[in-house]
Amino acid sequence: MIYFEKVSKVYDNSAALRDVTFKVAPGEFISIVGHSGAGKTTLIKMLIAEDKPTDGAVFFESLNVHTIPRGRLPQYRRKIGTVFQDFKLLSNKTAYENIAFAMEANGRSDEEIRENVPQALELVDLGDKMWNFPSELSGGEKQRVAIARAIVNQPDLIIADEPTGNLDPIATYEVVQILKKINDLGTTVIMTTHNKGVIDALGRRVLTMDGGRVVRDDMDGKYSL
Amino acid sequence: MWTSFKRTVRSGFVGFWRNAFVSLAAIFVMMVTLFVVGSVLFLSQLLNVSLAQIQDKVDINVYFTTDAVPDEILALKKSLEALPEVEAVTYISREEALIAFEERHEGDETTAQAIEELGDNPLGATLRVRTKETSQYEGIAAFLDEQNATTPIEKGFIDSINYDTNKGAIDKLTAIINAIERVSFFATIILIVASILITFNTIRLAIYTSREEITVMRLVGAGNMFIRGPFILQGIMYGAVAAILTLLLFYPITLWLSDGTRAFFQLDLFQYYVQDFGHIFLVIMGSGIMLGMVSSILAIARYLRY
Repeated sequence: MIYFEKVSKVYDNSAALRDVTFKVAPGEFISIVGHSGAGKTTLIKMLIAEDKPTDGAVFFESLNVHTIPRGRLPQYRRKIGTVFQDFKLLSNKTAYENIAFAMEANGRSDEEIRENVPQALELVDLGDKMWNFPSELSGGEKQRVAIARAIVNQPDLIIADEPTGNLDPIATYEVVQILKKINDLGTTVIMTTHNKGVIDALGRRVLTMDGGRVVRDDMDGKYSL
Repeated sequence: MWTSFKRTVRSGFVGFWRNAFVSLAAIFVMMVTLFVVGSVLFLSQLLNVSLAQIQDKVDINVYFTTDAVPDEILALKKSLEALPEVEAVTYISREEALIAFEERHEGDETTAQAIEELGDNPLGATLRVRTKETSQYEGIAAFLDEQNATTPIEKGFIDSINYDTNKGAIDKLTAIINAIERVSFFATIILIVASILITFNTIRLAIYTSREEITVMRLVGAGNMFIRGPFILQGIMYGAVAAILTLLLFYPITLWLSDGTRAFFQLDLFQYYVQDFGHIFLVIMGSGIMLGMVSSILAIARYLRY
């Protein structure tokens, strides 16, 4: 489904990615681990076409991501749901409105929005916090709203960049369980993290990065750095 | 299509209200621009009217000698009318001139007696020539001199042309009007450019407060039009509101200037405002909407790169 082919990225003479090659099959849950600066976030940026590689190519299905014309990028990004460490929720919108907003941006009808937003919030166990503003939610709840927003347009792929970075252990556990649930429903998940507990509890594929290179690729990964 | 239009309108309105303070600033700045545009409209109308009046009032009077033959004068009138610069030529015969003279001096015994004693009509016929442009008087005068020289009557049949006495006044007025128009043109350009820059920056400020929202929009795959639409609408709303306020502001101002302009320029500015409201409305509203729209498009462009 996703194929990185000898991807390198150089920022001002310092390489963030060196010759990265790997594949992700549909329905996989893959964790990318590594220290800060190992190249995890750069890798994500390549995938959502935020940045172009210096060398190599990134394929999403049969599509070379970096040859997509600018005008078509929104359509491409709609296939991917993104979750970030800092949530990126709009503070002046309620949980419901934050999710509805993502659907509006995708041009969904009002009926679909009325139907799907509560479903997405149920899936992340926030059916009762629908009308709360982000400031009234805990960190874990905010991240769950962000996940609901990421899945509401039924993307093929969920990218979670350090989704548990700002969360306490219980919230971390909940968020990972939700991501696992989404993966069980058939969506491919790529998650970056440096939380050992999360990786060990998941027992899924782990890609270890160091200094911009992929140094390990274990199918039933344990965190080993 | 309809859904996205509805959403654009809705979020445009929401943005307008939520950033009320920035909106207010943008509207005030745009009002300054539109006020300048409107003032130029009024000023140019005043100048045009007064120029037309001056041109109407000042014309060339050709006085003929008493022994000039009416047929010859009428022939000259015809050849004058054939000139492209000439707008109209009026013939005032000796008799008409006398009647006009008597009317002007009605009740003045001495003058009446003097004319009676003369027995004959002492007044010559007159041709009143009006040209299309004041600057063409010189050419007409030269033409008349030439005609006068070729006439068979020895001294010529033209007694005098009073163009020379008016020449100074006409030249001066034309120069003043030209100078005013030139100065106001440059002043307007500078003011308009300045207010476009300020408006652009104010709207950019409004958009800057929403940059977080724009980031999220792009993240969830919103198309450029979906992101841009509400801001463009917001810009148009700034322009429209500023235009309406400016038009309202011109009402008391022109009313206040009404007497002064009527006395000085023979044009009632308030009456012009009311009569030509459709035209003024279109110009001000059109400039407002264009200004808001262009400023928004320019201001948002930098947030939509890549």
